[in-house]
Amino acid sequence: MEFDDIKNLITEKFGVSAIVEEQSGGLQHALIINPDQIASVCLELRNNEQTYFDFLSCLTGVDYGVEENKFGVVYHLASIPFKSQLTLKVIKEHDRNAEKSPSFQSVSHVWKTAEWHEREAYDLFGILFEGNPDLRRILLPDDWEGYPLRKDYVAADEYKGIKIS
Amino acid sequence: MRPVKTRYTQLTEHLEPEEMIINMGPQHPSTHGVLRLELITDGEIVKEVLPHMGYLHRCFEKHCESLSYQQIIPFVDRMDYLASMNNDHAFVMGVERMMGIDKDIPKRIEYIRVLVCELNRIGSHLIAIGTYGIDIGAFTPFLWCFRDREHIMNMLEWASGSRMLYNYIWVGGLFYDLPVGFEERCKEFIDYFKPKLQELNELLTDNQIFINRTAGVGILPLDVAINYGCSGPMLRGSGLKWDLRRIDEYSVYPELEFDIPIGKGEMGKAGDCWDRYKVRVDEIVESVRIIEQCLERLQKELKRTPEFDPRAKLPKKIIPKEQDFYIRAENPKGELGYYFITDGKTEIPKRVKARAPSFNNLSVLPEITRGVLIADLVAILGSIDIVLGEVDR
Repeated sequence: MEFDDIKNLITEKFGVSAIVEEQSGGLQHALIINPDQIASVCLELRNNEQTYFDFLSCLTGVDYGVEENKFGVVYHLASIPFKSQLTLKVIKEHDRNAEKSPSFQSVSHVWKTAEWHEREAYDLFGILFEGNPDLRRILLPDDWEGYPLRKDYVAADEYKGIKIS
Repeated sequence: MRPVKTRYTQLTEHLEPEEMIINMGPQHPSTHGVLRLELITDGEIVKEVLPHMGYLHRCFEKHCESLSYQQIIPFVDRMDYLASMNNDHAFVMGVERMMGIDKDIPKRIEYIRVLVCELNRIGSHLIAIGTYGIDIGAFTPFLWCFRDREHIMNMLEWASGSRMLYNYIWVGGLFYDLPVGFEERCKEFIDYFKPKLQELNELLTDNQIFINRTAGVGILPLDVAINYGCSGPMLRGSGLKWDLRRIDEYSVYPELEFDIPIGKGEMGKAGDCWDRYKVRVDEIVESVRIIEQCLERLQKELKRTPEFDPRAKLPKKIIPKEQDFYIRAENPKGELGYYFITDGKTEIPKRVKARAPSFNNLSVLPEITRGVLIADLVAILGSIDIVLGEVDR
């Protein structure tokens, strides 16, 4: 299925509001999906016999910068029988309020790969994933403060009384 | 919101009287690096495996946000430090495609890249096989593998000046051309190596003790492998012909002849530890074939000339236009992917994410080790062939 067919398939099944925007500036085109529908869109793309995206290559958390105040998650899907690839994105505005973290739907029930990748995004960006059964830090120590890959992250001076900078 | 209880707390909070938590690692020899496995055991039976990693986390992705593309290459080397050439190749390919110069790279450079990558692939698989033998209790194959890998390391050191972390493949070219006499020395090595591979097979592959320890152990069904994002020998061991060198047809791989070995369940069931091991052995044979073809071309139609400059096509400034780009390539361990976000103005990427094959391959471990013996857990972990530099990044 071509990129446009997939686009039509999503709008047919989930309505026009499911696709927020289409990015076609670079070499690889991407679809920005409504964050409230990402899990069902992913499930459909995996189960539909015409798309069959059964392999999640990569899941990336992104901080789009301090001025834009946006957080996003990028999904790179691959289909083994069709040898095709697809990029999906979800983006939400967030005011960097430390009390409330940005939150997205988890796709770990669609692809198990997502479970660890979502933990990584949570660990480094502080993005929450509703429905991930094991959302805890994965690369950093459990008691680490802050989310290092955020653009406004300031490295701490000391860790448990040890000077580190 | 964040769930009140993670699966981890649910599992470790209340233990049955017969259950016990055992820590394996981070300094356990069979974890091949600093990986800690928390085991919930009932006697010798493993009920649950809870991997803990991050001991080797070096903030690769954070570093990338303050370095130019050329400066990132040495960091990329240190991810899968057993296959630095392959890491470099994938990264460089991604940047070249974003710059739109991937079609202008001279054939000789592409063939040299494939040649050194396949040499490195053999080196990486030799370590996988050797250390796997030692996990199971066979000491000799380990020494033999390291002896043969030494030749590869010496050759790559001759070309790049470094034994493990090469920084040899650059955006738009190479660090240097191959040293004079490299092709001949490489041919010599291949002639030496082929019978050695036969010996290795006799020693380990057909060894009845080794077969008993690995056949039918740690069976990874194909659907589980795909759902967990396993790739490389893990996926092929489960019986799927999936090799990105053939699927994506990058570099000069379409011009080269090689087969994709898959696990067939010859000794036990398809997708067991022996199959994954065998896929690696067979891949070495295929890599040798690729190297022979590369050498043939490099010595005949793509001969070295005095005016050939591997740095001629290096871009003065690497500023890709504003876009997102995901590149994937076949590493010895599986699908290595890089996801770039660029802003089109600076030489520094806004975000680089590495999709490490070992990270995904390791995530399937709890799934396939439920109810196995602790001794078999060592066999299964060894057959996954993880590199912690890549898991933790």
